[in-house]
Amino acid sequence: MTTTEAPRRDAAPPQTKPPRRRSALRRRNALIGWSFILPNFIGFGFLTLLPVLILFYMAFTNWNVFGKADWVGIANFQRLMGDGSFHVAFWNTIYYSVMHIPLTIVVSLGLALLLNNKLRGVAFFRTAAFFPYITSIVAIAVVWNLLFSPDYGPINEVLRAIGISEPPGWLTSSEWAMPAVVIVSTWRDMGYYMILFLAGLQTVPRELHEAARVDGANVWQRFVNVTLPSLRPTMFFVTVMLTINSFKIFDLILVMTDGGPGQSTLVLSQFIYKKGFEESQFGYASAAAVALFFLCILVTIGQFLWNRKRSA
Amino acid sequence: MTETQVLVTGGTLRKLTAPAPAGRARSRLTIGRTLGYIALIIAAVGLLAPFFWMVMSSLKNANEVFSVPVVWVPETFVWQNYIDIWTKSNMLVWIRNTLFLAVSVTFLQVLTGSFAAYGFARMKFAGRDILFLAYIGTIAVPWQSYMIPQFILLSNLKVSNTLWSIILLQAFGAFGVFLMKQYYETIPEELSEAARLDGLSEYAIWRRIMLPLSVPAIASLTLLTFVNTWNDYLGPLIYLRNPDLWTIQLGLKSFVSNLFDTNYALLFAGLTISVVPIAIIFLLGQKYFVEGIATSGLKG
Repeated sequence: MTTTEAPRRDAAPPQTKPPRRRSALRRRNALIGWSFILPNFIGFGFLTLLPVLILFYMAFTNWNVFGKADWVGIANFQRLMGDGSFHVAFWNTIYYSVMHIPLTIVVSLGLALLLNNKLRGVAFFRTAAFFPYITSIVAIAVVWNLLFSPDYGPINEVLRAIGISEPPGWLTSSEWAMPAVVIVSTWRDMGYYMILFLAGLQTVPRELHEAARVDGANVWQRFVNVTLPSLRPTMFFVTVMLTINSFKIFDLILVMTDGGPGQSTLVLSQFIYKKGFEESQFGYASAAAVALFFLCILVTIGQFLWNRKRSA
Repeated sequence: MTETQVLVTGGTLRKLTAPAPAGRARSRLTIGRTLGYIALIIAAVGLLAPFFWMVMSSLKNANEVFSVPVVWVPETFVWQNYIDIWTKSNMLVWIRNTLFLAVSVTFLQVLTGSFAAYGFARMKFAGRDILFLAYIGTIAVPWQSYMIPQFILLSNLKVSNTLWSIILLQAFGAFGVFLMKQYYETIPEELSEAARLDGLSEYAIWRRIMLPLSVPAIASLTLLTFVNTWNDYLGPLIYLRNPDLWTIQLGLKSFVSNLFDTNYALLFAGLTISVVPIAIIFLLGQKYFVEGIATSGLKG
């Protein structure tokens, strides 16, 4: 009641009971503050926070397609431990991440360093580098699938032309399917991370480079001793984002390989999708989703702690 | 401390050596530049070749797509593909659905995102920081981990298999709040303080001061959200079962998997049509894309 009746801050004389007035003002501010956040928060809370809560309940039930859910305790998690495909999906996700994260950092940082020079055509190139990132997964997957085609594809034709007589089977080979996916996802992501690195490079003080140059440091020494340390905040952010994005990799694989051949590109997200939407084992799929949830959260927290320790 | 010292000595030393570097340094510079250009050209070819191949294949005959040796540029351009795709597929329906979704989602995301961002950036109240932490925290929570409970929730509300499901799914993301908040915090507090003294309510400050001043951020958010919704594949895949509701991504994907003898030239024409609007939007608003990503990314 009092909150709506509260006098304007500037209108009321300051000598009338300051403590009560302040608490009323605070309450009024809180109401206004909440009213700003509420329209978004209703959607956010209902579609993100609530599902996460439900997830943790579902993971302990045998929720199926009929919505029947009995509490089964940790049975789902025990089953996960012994499930061969889950193990495959887990290790494939790690395998993908271990290849994708360093490769993307090296390539996008290299491009950013290149673009940070005053070369002609830099603006055009920045546009070109960003193009894959704004292209839909479906278009990317279809085009690259044909580019990778072992017998008719341009990639293997180029490889044969430069003397590799037996080029890889790419998506038809269980050994080469994952590297092929990594190539495509790196091609797609590098423009995005390049922009982040470019923005980070703008913050590197030019005078520091000049000074190092005068002191006789060569290009590589300047890169290691000046550029890299100045880029630390950017590098941290890029690594965190890349890690989360790698752990949840899904749509590209779904359209490119659908997990195959065999299970060679089956990843965690797809395991969840298969168990949930294709086999309607919602409870069991949720247990796997909880595993993915904690994998992402824990690794992110670990990275934050490590970063804090290093910068302290 | 040491940094400034280095700066100072660097400055004086540079002045002393300034006239010295001549021939050798310059020739090394030219070699460096040449190598730079070569690297740039190789990277550009690698980045753009798939697009070139897509567009060229969309102008081939069906049997030319898989010919050996690879035909990069067809002898005659088959423009007919771009006419046939409309009659041999439901492109028009798909584009209409996608456009409807992208516009609605973008509108809602920008509106609720910038509104909430004002609350987070400018209002002080108990629980604000914890709430914002929850928003930020979800960045580390992949959608794939809670897509099942979310689907069950929306199915029970009979929203799945309607376009509403995708609107709900995409419109309230934390990303918009985050991006707008970052930008609001660069706007001087004095401006809103002065407006407050003039008797403007907080809502009026948001509408009449913050919104006009944050046009670049709004442009970034609009473009990024539009492109994301246009390109989204997983959301529509899970929620939209009825072919009349399909988006362009679902439609084109079904085109690949359903027909036994997919006419790939036709498919490439469809893909090109689906990519072109996004490419044009990107070229027009490139500055805002880049700024949006750089600001939302770095300060996070």
